[in-house]
Amino acid sequence: MADYTLTELMAVTAAREIRDGEIVFAGTGLPMLGVMLAQRTHAPNCCIIFQAGTAASQLAHLPMSVGDPRNMRGAALAAGLNEVFSYILQAGRVDIGFLSGAQVDRFGNINSTSIGEDPRHPHVRFSGSGGACDIACLARRTIIIALHEKRRFPERVDYITSPGWLEGAGSRQKAGLIRGGPSVVVTTKGVMRFRHENKAIYLASYHPGLTAQGVAEDTGFNLDIEGANETPAPTSEEIRILREVVDPERIFLK
Amino acid sequence: MPSDKLIELSHAASLVPNGATMSFGGFTTQRHPMAFVYEMIRQKKRDLYLFGHSPGGDWDILIGAGCVRRVELAYEADEAFNTVGPRWRKAVERGEIEWEDYSNFAMVSRFAAGAMGLPFMPIRSLLGSDVMHQEALTREQRAADLRTSPQKLHVMESPFDPSDRVVLVPAIHTDFAILHVQKATIAGTVRIEGQSFADVQQALCADHVIVTTEEIVAEEVLRREPERNLLPFFAVHHVCHVPFGAHPYAVFDYYDYDPCQLKTYHDGAPDDGTFQEYLARYVYGVKSHAEYLEAVGGSARLDGLKADPAYGYSPNLRRRRLEG
Repeated sequence: MADYTLTELMAVTAAREIRDGEIVFAGTGLPMLGVMLAQRTHAPNCCIIFQAGTAASQLAHLPMSVGDPRNMRGAALAAGLNEVFSYILQAGRVDIGFLSGAQVDRFGNINSTSIGEDPRHPHVRFSGSGGACDIACLARRTIIIALHEKRRFPERVDYITSPGWLEGAGSRQKAGLIRGGPSVVVTTKGVMRFRHENKAIYLASYHPGLTAQGVAEDTGFNLDIEGANETPAPTSEEIRILREVVDPERIFLK
Repeated sequence: MPSDKLIELSHAASLVPNGATMSFGGFTTQRHPMAFVYEMIRQKKRDLYLFGHSPGGDWDILIGAGCVRRVELAYEADEAFNTVGPRWRKAVERGEIEWEDYSNFAMVSRFAAGAMGLPFMPIRSLLGSDVMHQEALTREQRAADLRTSPQKLHVMESPFDPSDRVVLVPAIHTDFAILHVQKATIAGTVRIEGQSFADVQQALCADHVIVTTEEIVAEEVLRREPERNLLPFFAVHHVCHVPFGAHPYAVFDYYDYDPCQLKTYHDGAPDDGTFQEYLARYVYGVKSHAEYLEAVGGSARLDGLKADPAYGYSPNLRRRRLEG
């Protein structure tokens, strides 16, 4: 079995969610590691889209922002935000969007705006939506990356920056959203998915060395752990590619 | 022949009155008109009203320097260099700034509506989110400034299919748009290389467009390949020749971002005292952009950022978070 870090396990777990040929809308950090790894393993034909204006880059160096000049490398198209959001995302051409935030709730709603009951007078202010709300509304499905702590997984997020399944089954449609919704949450402690019948989150797997009960105790709502098993470990080849090819500079890998 | 619009940077910045509505080109870590921003801080602009999608350190330093009163935005950070703009965060948490939250798609659609002369744009985003349900500006704050849309947005059923719902977002018109680009002519024809972000929409919804450029190119050169140009000369009012005008941010094909300078900024900016020291050293303490470039290390620093023509960036740049 390969020796690996938590960041590497999360990147590999996220990469395995991507199918060959899919169009992926990625943000900075772990999502970039996941897509670049997927392209070099099981999904050589998946495409990476950056909201700042590039499609299907063939990244040679890991970008540090979606506005990074590195995103131009081998791209099939360079344009701007309007082209990417209107003709690619809104038009339904994005299969997967990556999202993250400070809080995630039991229906996969995400907060990346502020902490506190009144967003006009927040205790802590973050960057704000950026393209996250748009990706959450308009990608065919989303993958959420999150730090797993009790306070970061409350019953309800303080502010829905990015709509998940809102209040459960049927509520996205009721809100007027025409597609999408979160399919998986990859955290520092496990992998969570959503029950088909009510769209509530459940623990699908806990990372090696942890227990389902332990992960539930680090979650702010009553976490359904029925049927959870251990997250499959990365292969030594996946770890080699991450370290030697994707992020040799150790920008995001820890 | 179109006229010569070339002016000095300090003159260009002096054209912006206190209280102006503005937007700046670029996206998080690339092509912000930083030299223009520093000049505005030196000229002590006040009460600026900014519109943006994903600004970065351009807004953060202006907010920290006390130049900004109200903003409408989607995001304010330098991405991997710092996931929230430190002065933006402080200003919100201390109640020192008025703001309204949108998403990137919403903001770009608002600029596009303004650029096309339309009152609003329909989008399928925001539905179900608190970006739609919540307003950061109060009704009184909206009414107090006629340049703010009286309503944040409006949800509407399609007149052609009542089961189909869209969100109408209001057009933006600004007094000024400031872009930093790779190439421009003295008449104002503009070429942007790489990702164009929303620079075109931002320019075309502004009354006055000021372009700072890495290189001044002859009109006939840009007109040889007009399909590569993004703005015609008649949409641009003033041009400034400012090499390294986006430092410490990147300009595709010219230079990379400067990880050392960004670290210096982000290490110091969260604290009021060290932020003021940064301003004193790199903004107030220099008289011009040339002096700023010397203050950050001159050619010894800048040569290391220059783009490799085969990549459009510096492939060997040391970017790992530097310690100590």
